[in-house]
Amino acid sequence: MASLISKAVLSKAAVLATAATLLTLTACSSDSGSSDAASENADGRGPITYVEGKDTTETGVVRQIIDEWNAANPDEQVTFKEQSNDADQAHDDLVQHLQAEQSDYDVMALDVIWTAEFAAKGWLTPLEGEFALDNAGILPATVESATYNGTQYAAPKNTNGGLLFYRSDLVPTAPATWDELTASCTIAVENNIDCYAGQFASYEGLTVNTSEIINAHGGSFVAEDGKTPTVDSPEARAGLQALVTAFETGVIPAQDTTFKEPESQQAFEDGQALYLRNWPYVYGTASKEGSAVAGKYSVAPLPGVTGVGTSTLGGYNAAISAFSENKATAADFLRFLQGEQAQRIIAEGALPPVLTSLYDDPALIAEMPYLPALKASIENAVPRPVTPFYPAVSKAVQDNTFAAIKGEKSVDQAITDMQAGIESAGSN
Amino acid sequence: MSSGRAWLLIAPTLVILAIVIVYPVIRALVMSFQKDAGLDPATGMFVKGGSAGFSNYTHWILQQCTSASGTLVPCPPGTLGSQFWGAVGNTAFFTVVTVSIEVVIGFAMAVIMGKTFAGRALLRAAILIPWAIPTAVTAKLWYFIFAYDGIANKLLGTNILWTGDAWPARFAVIIADVWKTTPFMALLILAGLQMIPSDVYEAARVDGASAWQRFTKITLPLVKPALMVAILFRTMDALRMYDLPAILTEGNPATRTISILVVEQIRQGFNSAASLSTISFIMIFIVAFILVKFLGANAVATQENQRKGTAS
Repeated sequence: MASLISKAVLSKAAVLATAATLLTLTACSSDSGSSDAASENADGRGPITYVEGKDTTETGVVRQIIDEWNAANPDEQVTFKEQSNDADQAHDDLVQHLQAEQSDYDVMALDVIWTAEFAAKGWLTPLEGEFALDNAGILPATVESATYNGTQYAAPKNTNGGLLFYRSDLVPTAPATWDELTASCTIAVENNIDCYAGQFASYEGLTVNTSEIINAHGGSFVAEDGKTPTVDSPEARAGLQALVTAFETGVIPAQDTTFKEPESQQAFEDGQALYLRNWPYVYGTASKEGSAVAGKYSVAPLPGVTGVGTSTLGGYNAAISAFSENKATAADFLRFLQGEQAQRIIAEGALPPVLTSLYDDPALIAEMPYLPALKASIENAVPRPVTPFYPAVSKAVQDNTFAAIKGEKSVDQAITDMQAGIESAGSN
Repeated sequence: MSSGRAWLLIAPTLVILAIVIVYPVIRALVMSFQKDAGLDPATGMFVKGGSAGFSNYTHWILQQCTSASGTLVPCPPGTLGSQFWGAVGNTAFFTVVTVSIEVVIGFAMAVIMGKTFAGRALLRAAILIPWAIPTAVTAKLWYFIFAYDGIANKLLGTNILWTGDAWPARFAVIIADVWKTTPFMALLILAGLQMIPSDVYEAARVDGASAWQRFTKITLPLVKPALMVAILFRTMDALRMYDLPAILTEGNPATRTISILVVEQIRQGFNSAASLSTISFIMIFIVAFILVKFLGANAVATQENQRKGTAS
């Protein structure tokens, strides 16, 4: 160890390296206040750039849409800027460009949970006046997910909703309500399998599953202003109680607290669960080779209290940057994205479209038999809390729900803490 | 060489260091004294936060959050502010336990590797494999091992929720970390062991020293410098631990370390994250300082003696 001579130097260097690692993480510029950029360049026309995370659809949905647009609009070409596959990285990339008020990103695909944050930072062009979109025929919940503080800021592009997968060989008709579902768990006991599988590890999926059951009972998380907490209500308590009871009675087995999408899907495909709550993509994978349930499952909307439940929305909205120089073209492109031509390309790429009529299209239903169930699910869907403090709100929901379903905290306490947590979100 | 020319030659290095180290550090310090942007209730838009004084620091250390009415209240459960001391506790626990286990096992491995036997080169190479695998891959590997229907539960015949329950999750992280970094420890200690001249042992043997005496009176003191460096490196590594618990037990509050808290806070507000990373920097610095000052000084002296001893 000749290097020991310079040990002191080494350790100092290591300390500095530590500092650099930790500190560069946060060495980004602070938030700039909103400017008047949103109202500039409203008439601008010309080439624009469309930004979206990596297109993982087999059919290459984004390229197809852009090619169609470019063929019809030779003077206003759209360039596709493809980001990383990782949603957090895509988010950070957008933040960097917008914070610097750069005009190179004209239209951006935003995860539904980012929309309110970007709107509140003044980075999006409000879709009112000449930019107003015609929302007739668009699923109402998706428009709600793009609306912050009473103003629409983005155009819903593709959506996603939770579905109830069930073993059609064991359960003749899908349960319509949560009570019916829990009552039918005797079938699971008779067959020596678990009843219900969902995503209950402490991560974003837990927020999704929790908000589905709380919304189904009529509860909510934040008011329309995106800030005032509303979760401390008898409805939300009833919802969380239903979830906690399901864990206590074994309707949802304890191991589900370690499950994310892949594990819950695996449990169902191994024939270990009677019911599975998951996203539509499972419909295809559960019939592939290696699945024990191929041909033995069917799909239904999520169960609610008295009827169809409320699914949580996933999906992406498209928004115009406040710093875009060609906003008129960008607005036309948003309208094109919501048009039937583009929406059909999206549907054929196995992404749930936002245009209601496509869910009744016989040709598409033949390809994707889950569409009617998904339609029922999404028509009743509620977006996740629309708030500029989404990460903090989601954290408050996740951590307190996790403690409640593990029996470390009473339902009352969890709801009280959730309310307080949402209240202090973003105020430090 | 004139000192002016020397300065000229190291100037590029200094400039680069200033850009990549000094600037971010100062920038983060400045940010940590600014408030995060808040929401203007009238417009629903974010407005600049302004100066924060030490409130970003008291937010973490005293766990104070602002309520809707603007008064300071203890941070409610489920907010990041309430998780600071828990994260400090987890980090300290992981550091103490993993480094202790790694020293013991690493030492044993180094002693075995130091002996001459057939296939020694192969063993030395093989032992490095866990260290060579990227941490993210290690974490995912152990994630599958510790899954509910994974190998760990199958082998033990148990139904433990390794990534879901608090203590099993902590042990899962410790096991994976020990598996991954013990080879590093072993290799550093082995390097130290090989510095010890064999004639010292022979002399001791002639004088009738037992194996235990040879270990405590010769091996331990002479290997101490190498051991101290290994411990210092590993301690600081463990204090910064992020990827292993983040991937192995994603989101589980029982394994949340300070670095995980920093990254989660970055998603909520840069300025509070800057103060949190400054706090953790100071804590790591203090730990490193103590190690170098009280244990390292001794190590340097030992090494000096050792060099003098071998030279004569």
